[in-house]
Amino acid sequence: MRHGDSGRTKTIITHISMILLGLLMLYPLIWMFFSSFKSNKEIFSGVNLFPIEPIWDTYKNGWKGTGQITYGTFFLNTFKLVLPTTLFTVFSSAIVAYGFARFKFRFKKQLFMLMISTLMLPNAVLVVPRFMLFSKFGWTNTYLPFIVPAIFACYPFFIYMIVQFFRGLPRDFDEAATIDGCNSFQIFWRILLPLCKPALFSAAIFQFIWTWNDFFNSLIYINSVKKFPIVLALRMSLDTTSASNWNQVLAMSILSLLPGTILFFSAQKYFVEGITGSGVKG
Amino acid sequence: MKSKSKVNKNNVGFLYIMPWILGFLVFQLYPLLSSLFYSFTDYSITNKPEFVGLSNYITMFTEDNLFYQSLWNTLKYVFMSVPMKIVTALIVAVILNKKLKGINMYRTIYYIPSIFGGSVAISILWRFLFMDSGIVNRVLSILHIPSVQWLSNPKIALFTLSLLSVWQFGSSMVLFLAALKQVPGELYEASHIDGAGSIQRFFCITLPMITPVLFFNILMQLVNAFQDFTGAFVITNGGPLNSTYLFALKLYDESFSYYKMGYASALSWVLFILIIGFTAIFFRFSDAVTYYEDGGDF
Repeated sequence: MRHGDSGRTKTIITHISMILLGLLMLYPLIWMFFSSFKSNKEIFSGVNLFPIEPIWDTYKNGWKGTGQITYGTFFLNTFKLVLPTTLFTVFSSAIVAYGFARFKFRFKKQLFMLMISTLMLPNAVLVVPRFMLFSKFGWTNTYLPFIVPAIFACYPFFIYMIVQFFRGLPRDFDEAATIDGCNSFQIFWRILLPLCKPALFSAAIFQFIWTWNDFFNSLIYINSVKKFPIVLALRMSLDTTSASNWNQVLAMSILSLLPGTILFFSAQKYFVEGITGSGVKG
Repeated sequence: MKSKSKVNKNNVGFLYIMPWILGFLVFQLYPLLSSLFYSFTDYSITNKPEFVGLSNYITMFTEDNLFYQSLWNTLKYVFMSVPMKIVTALIVAVILNKKLKGINMYRTIYYIPSIFGGSVAISILWRFLFMDSGIVNRVLSILHIPSVQWLSNPKIALFTLSLLSVWQFGSSMVLFLAALKQVPGELYEASHIDGAGSIQRFFCITLPMITPVLFFNILMQLVNAFQDFTGAFVITNGGPLNSTYLFALKLYDESFSYYKMGYASALSWVLFILIIGFTAIFFRFSDAVTYYEDGGDF
């Protein structure tokens, strides 16, 4: 019995420390949220979490952006950039993954190894020539540098993830469908794709959030404020904000984190399944 | 008949992976080779690439002090942030794996910071938290701990940036958790009977069983950390006294502030070789200690 008691105390201590760690980790975000309702003076003094004299119009005023261009535009721009990139990434990665997972062809093993090894290819070494190439195409200040590589399945991480998922699906499905007269694309489209929803969803979530937050590429490719995605708008607000409205900067920062958070929580089930199912097993 | 359908099937497989082959050739292989070529030229926005031999590399190693500084900063940053992050992720994952009630909730909470990755909003937050008059110092002063110049002391600023990376340990933790679930329970039971303590169990069973995931995690974190940009650019902009001037910032400046594309390409190849070097050392080391249950074949 004594053993059980000490086990219980241990569990309670573990829970308490886990909760404390969780609070420590979330506190900055919570602080940011409440500070977006504080006056400048309050942001820079005191330790209270809740605003003493809350200011309710920081979001409304922050939304006005530069005056000419509002955060409505910045958000819209971000969606124009992120949504096609995400959709194309998922679709092209799934097609390529299907090819790798279900067909035999010459050099398959070598090509697969090559694809995996590009996972470790640092982007830094590709940036300059890609930039020159895209400038030559006249793609600077458009979202094409994000979208076109997505069409051509340039994200080996997702291909690998979906390949792993396909491998877990029994081939009986394919065979049954072949007997029913399905061609290989129909098998992919009608049978396998619906089955690997968890992997597709988690790829989509990852890609959405990564592209949403992609600061470096936005910085080098997009140069007119009219086309700024939200990351560039935020960075600009750091430089241009007059000393009195930091609360608006925080407010817009909070808004910029919202879509990713909502997506994460609403698709969490798929997300966990996708990661653990495909896993990065051995 | 049979052989014909086989040939057909060959083509079909190729057809499906064609997007990737094209993407690889145009957006990865071509840039990779041309950056190597540019690195031996004086290419800039205004002049066409002209072959200059090794002069970019010689300049870098003999005249460019900021090159050494950024390289040194990056190495310090990588070897500070990656171990801290991996160790935190592993410890938390092991604790959560003990059939703790509410594991899903904890996992979600610890994952939340990782959702935001290198986002600008989080960099802004970090600036507010750790500025001299920021909330962290105010809390410390209540606890009668002298305040720290988190971002304005050149000796500490890089550490503060590493903390941001550690804060996002959730993505590694999730991978560890998935791996820990695969460790067969019998192994633990057997060790229990043999009277192994929990620390012994961790080092003799858990760690060896999850080495593939551990190494994958470390490797990906290394490759990423070598290229980290947003935090150093938005929070400190390389300062104070260039103490957070990371290699990625140097690359950005040479290519997109001074438009020295040739020189920037040479820099990027030095980084690339550095990463390959570390990866190679790492693989040799991991081959010696990794345990593959299924032989790890495809």
